[in-house]
Amino acid sequence: MKGLALALLLWQAGVWATGLPPYLLPGPWAVLQALVAHRGELAPAALLTATATLIGLALGAGLGIALALMMAASPRLGRAFAPLLIVSQSIPVFALAPILTLWLGFGMAPKLAMVVLITFAPVAQALHDGMRAMPTARADLAQVMGAGRRAVLWHLALPGALPQLASGLRLAAVYAPLGAVIGEWMGGAQGLGALMLHANGRMKTDLMFAALLVVITLALLLQGVVNRALQCALRRRGFAG
Amino acid sequence: MMDCGLEGHAPGLFGPLRLALPAGQVTCLLGASGVGKSTLLRLLAGLPTGVAFEGQVKRLPAALMAQEDGLLPWLSLAQNVALGARLRREAPADPAALLAAVGLAGFEGRLPGTLSGGQRQRVALARTLAEDRPLVLLDEPFSALDARLRLEIGALALRLLAGRRVLIVTHDPAEAARLGDHILILTRAGLTRHPAPEGAVPRAHDAPQVLAAQAALMERLLA
Repeated sequence: MKGLALALLLWQAGVWATGLPPYLLPGPWAVLQALVAHRGELAPAALLTATATLIGLALGAGLGIALALMMAASPRLGRAFAPLLIVSQSIPVFALAPILTLWLGFGMAPKLAMVVLITFAPVAQALHDGMRAMPTARADLAQVMGAGRRAVLWHLALPGALPQLASGLRLAAVYAPLGAVIGEWMGGAQGLGALMLHANGRMKTDLMFAALLVVITLALLLQGVVNRALQCALRRRGFAG
Repeated sequence: MMDCGLEGHAPGLFGPLRLALPAGQVTCLLGASGVGKSTLLRLLAGLPTGVAFEGQVKRLPAALMAQEDGLLPWLSLAQNVALGARLRREAPADPAALLAAVGLAGFEGRLPGTLSGGQRQRVALARTLAEDRPLVLLDEPFSALDARLRLEIGALALRLLAGRRVLIVTHDPAEAARLGDHILILTRAGLTRHPAPEGAVPRAHDAPQVLAAQAALMERLLA
């Protein structure tokens, strides 16, 4: 908190000292004024972006979990998909955005696709790794007890991978707002990403910074809620953390 | 031919040996770390060993209790005790009664994370009893416990396992002297038998014949 205040102070001082015009670098006070002045524009845009983020995150997490379960259930699929997961994470999503817009139009769909695209892989990867890293003592016990493959996956590997799944979901929650904004930036006519792009085009840098501030707030809020929820879930299931 | 045990050798680990586990009695397998005693137990359990064993193994359906309790943190103690039944989709034996037998009556709903090391090993013992198998394999199950708990839980385990065919792998001569109807020592030279002290197991830790056996076993481990 102190660091943040200091950064804002330095920012404002820098603007005063250099005398930069506001369209190049507005001070925090100007950004705050823009935030209030344009609240009528910012609020519905934020709502749209938040909706895309949440729905996209849910879809991406669901897809990631389903994929990890499939990979764990069939080692063959696992071997086939593992490199694809890594490849999908190294795709520059910016490059895909125009294609997604072309395919899916200008509405919610390309935004959701973008969020899903950057969130499913970390979730799938984390859960799959977690399910494969079963402690030896547990595996020995299951084998001596005469457990079948499916029972081991369902009763031991999956619930035991909850901590890893949680870290995958935390990562996905960090990426999700990013995906929504990129989607709006490239194809959307609405939402905070589109608003930022338009503000930038009209040299309304203060509005752009205000929109950025809203994006950051949304992202931090989402991370906070997700972290808290995961922490509760982990604790309730007997995992420290 | 014996009805449960193994006979053979593992090149690079141990030479030709014969290990027979008599029914209804406790066999203690004593040896230094890395000499291959856990490998013998894993062979009898049908678990992977990473060792090329040449020979034959006569197995029985087994229950396993290891140094690491292997309790699942997300399951209640009752569910942990009934884990084998859950994995095999069978109806579980009465977990509450088994928990009571190991001194944890009323703990059914607790999660393992709230327990001490000794309590966790008691739950592992209850889980082993729930399996109700003709062969019970104990792989250094008490070595992570302090001296007092080691005595207590060792004696408790033997009382509850009385009448079963049990193999205890241990590196502690005192434990072998207290708990073994039969005592076997595994060294680089091979597997040798040491006479067990008189008296029914579990023996008192301070009985003179137990102390003498403990000293003699230590002597042989150091040789």
